[in-house]
Amino acid sequence: MNVPTMAEMTAQGKQPEILFWVGCAGSFDDRAKKITKAFVKILNKAGVEFAVLGTEESCTGDPAKRAGNEFLFQMQAMTNIEVLNGYEIKKIVTACPHCFNTLKNEYPQLGGNYEVLHHTELIETLLNDGRLSIEGGKYKGQKITFHDPCYLGRANDIYEAPRSLIEKLEAELVEMKRCKSDGLCCGAGGAQMFKEPEKGTKDINVERTEEAIKTKSKIIATGCPFCNTMMTDGVKATNKEDDIKVLDIAELIANTEDL
Amino acid sequence: MNYIDNIAFAIILFLGVGFFVKNFQKLIRNIKLGKDINRKDNSSARWKNMAKIALGQSKMVKRPIAGILHIIVYLGFIIINIEVIEIIIDGLFGTHRVLSFLGSFYSFLIGSFEILAFLVLVSVSIFWIRRMVLKIPRFWNKEMKGFPKNDALYILYFEMVLMSLFLIMNATDVPFQQNDIGNPISQFLVPLFEGFNASTLFIVERTAWWLHITGILIFLNYLYYSKHLHILLAFPNTYFANLNPKGQFTNLESVTNEVKMMLDPTIDPFAAQPEGAADEIPEKFGASDVQDLNWVQLLNAYTCTECGRCTAACPANITGKELSPRAIMMKTRDRLEEVGENINKNGKFVDDGKQLLNDYIKPEELWACTSCNACVEECPVNIDPLAIILDMRRYLVMEQSAAPQELNLMMTNVENNGAPWQYNQMDRLNWKDEK
Repeated sequence: MNVPTMAEMTAQGKQPEILFWVGCAGSFDDRAKKITKAFVKILNKAGVEFAVLGTEESCTGDPAKRAGNEFLFQMQAMTNIEVLNGYEIKKIVTACPHCFNTLKNEYPQLGGNYEVLHHTELIETLLNDGRLSIEGGKYKGQKITFHDPCYLGRANDIYEAPRSLIEKLEAELVEMKRCKSDGLCCGAGGAQMFKEPEKGTKDINVERTEEAIKTKSKIIATGCPFCNTMMTDGVKATNKEDDIKVLDIAELIANTEDL
Repeated sequence: MNYIDNIAFAIILFLGVGFFVKNFQKLIRNIKLGKDINRKDNSSARWKNMAKIALGQSKMVKRPIAGILHIIVYLGFIIINIEVIEIIIDGLFGTHRVLSFLGSFYSFLIGSFEILAFLVLVSVSIFWIRRMVLKIPRFWNKEMKGFPKNDALYILYFEMVLMSLFLIMNATDVPFQQNDIGNPISQFLVPLFEGFNASTLFIVERTAWWLHITGILIFLNYLYYSKHLHILLAFPNTYFANLNPKGQFTNLESVTNEVKMMLDPTIDPFAAQPEGAADEIPEKFGASDVQDLNWVQLLNAYTCTECGRCTAACPANITGKELSPRAIMMKTRDRLEEVGENINKNGKFVDDGKQLLNDYIKPEELWACTSCNACVEECPVNIDPLAIILDMRRYLVMEQSAAPQELNLMMTNVENNGAPWQYNQMDRLNWKDEK
């Protein structure tokens, strides 16, 4: 798989068009790694000159900040900013809305100013610019529901980019009752991913998955590795794992193109 | 001439307005207990927000039934209060319907007031039914017991009584009814008073008039003690609301300085303090009490009218967790009032051994938040419960090292190997070659 690092590029005296920020989930989580690979395939197919930081990448600090540890967040942020600025990065794409939000909104005050895109935004641009085209229609006519990641939707008002891609697949987008700005969280945000939930009557991911199941879609699409985990667990908890797949938008596109 | 009425009116008006102003000054003082935050930038966007969200009620109609009924009550409230101008002039100078020289325009005004008063009565009755008969869940959460529940009902009763008095006042005003214009609603009440002789009618009319204006003054003064403050504070609250993307959490400057020092190899950590530099009192990180919050957060607390849309949208609350964003706002206000009372009594704040954290808001509530911003999105007046939750988490973590154990593990991993899990940073690109 062609995945150049910034170090390699710089050694060759090249500067990539865009930096792909993989994120911790995309680098280490077995499920999320598939999303990473699907997205890399798309980038390669579209001929995007990209690079990753590889071992020079480190957690953006998002979960630390949401947990209240501003020290750790800023340590992470400043270290990352030093690396990014060292490579004179101008444009970043990431498949993780948490990395996206942090890089885009919380790094500027600490000296990191970049144009940051969510991968669905970049794919949309590639399609609009004709650098990528979708053919085949593997999902044509299929019901797909989209779960809005909080840090993409409400946090940054991006609702349309992922939806436009589902429409490009000629699939039938079926909205859940709580969608877009009313979307219900999957339960992972605010560092909840890394802890057991507080005492309650139900798990948030189950509540959300049940809502997705009500749309009668066989595919729950999302754009966040953490939402993906939570929804996948929710599908298992409701014993629907044989019927319903949870897929990232990048995977839908890559699958359609048989990448 | 008998001036007793006029003098009595002037005294009541003076006391009613004066007492309110005094309390309102206390409220402003309490809000100013909060830390400074710059919310004066970008005034054009702020005015626009205020016009759209507070004046235009744009977020109210997201729930159409409650939204439309609310707009009726809101319009009724503002427009019918034009009538108060006349009442004050009449009261002070002993005139009767002093503005009636406006002729048909006057009739048009009073006529519209009557229609609005009737619509307000209907809307408020539906509100009561929604609370007490349909028992819409968000009005019955556990934080809505006792005063919060009664507060909501008192407000509805107040509005019902005030509107009824206004209509009765018009219905029993014989010359006004004889004119038979501008009385589209009150004319139907006239038969109720059939058989009353002229002097009784006069007494009923006067009584309704006096009760109406004293009722308004009492209601005005009730505001300070009630969730109903939103009718005033919604305006500054939407003006000073956060304009940044919702996902952008505040940057702690105090931390930035320390982290920069830690990362800067040229700084000598053992350097003597420059001469003349005052010993700075180390700032508390995060918030454990209301004085640690900023003034916008405190204004938020006073503005909250406890509608519960935030809590109804909160994923933690929906799934039975202890957290309720509305309760966060209510508890912040309760504590702020307690601190305010403390200052009233002692001249300055004297430690009472209590604080917002633990005594009002429990860590369990704070840790249940997913930071999803649903509460912020839902709030019809742009209150930000999440900002308070985050500041209190910051205190728990940075001052008390009191994060849940699993979060401590996560943070240790981030610190040591640059990922929330225990993977080696050197393995970050392994996925590239995995099948």
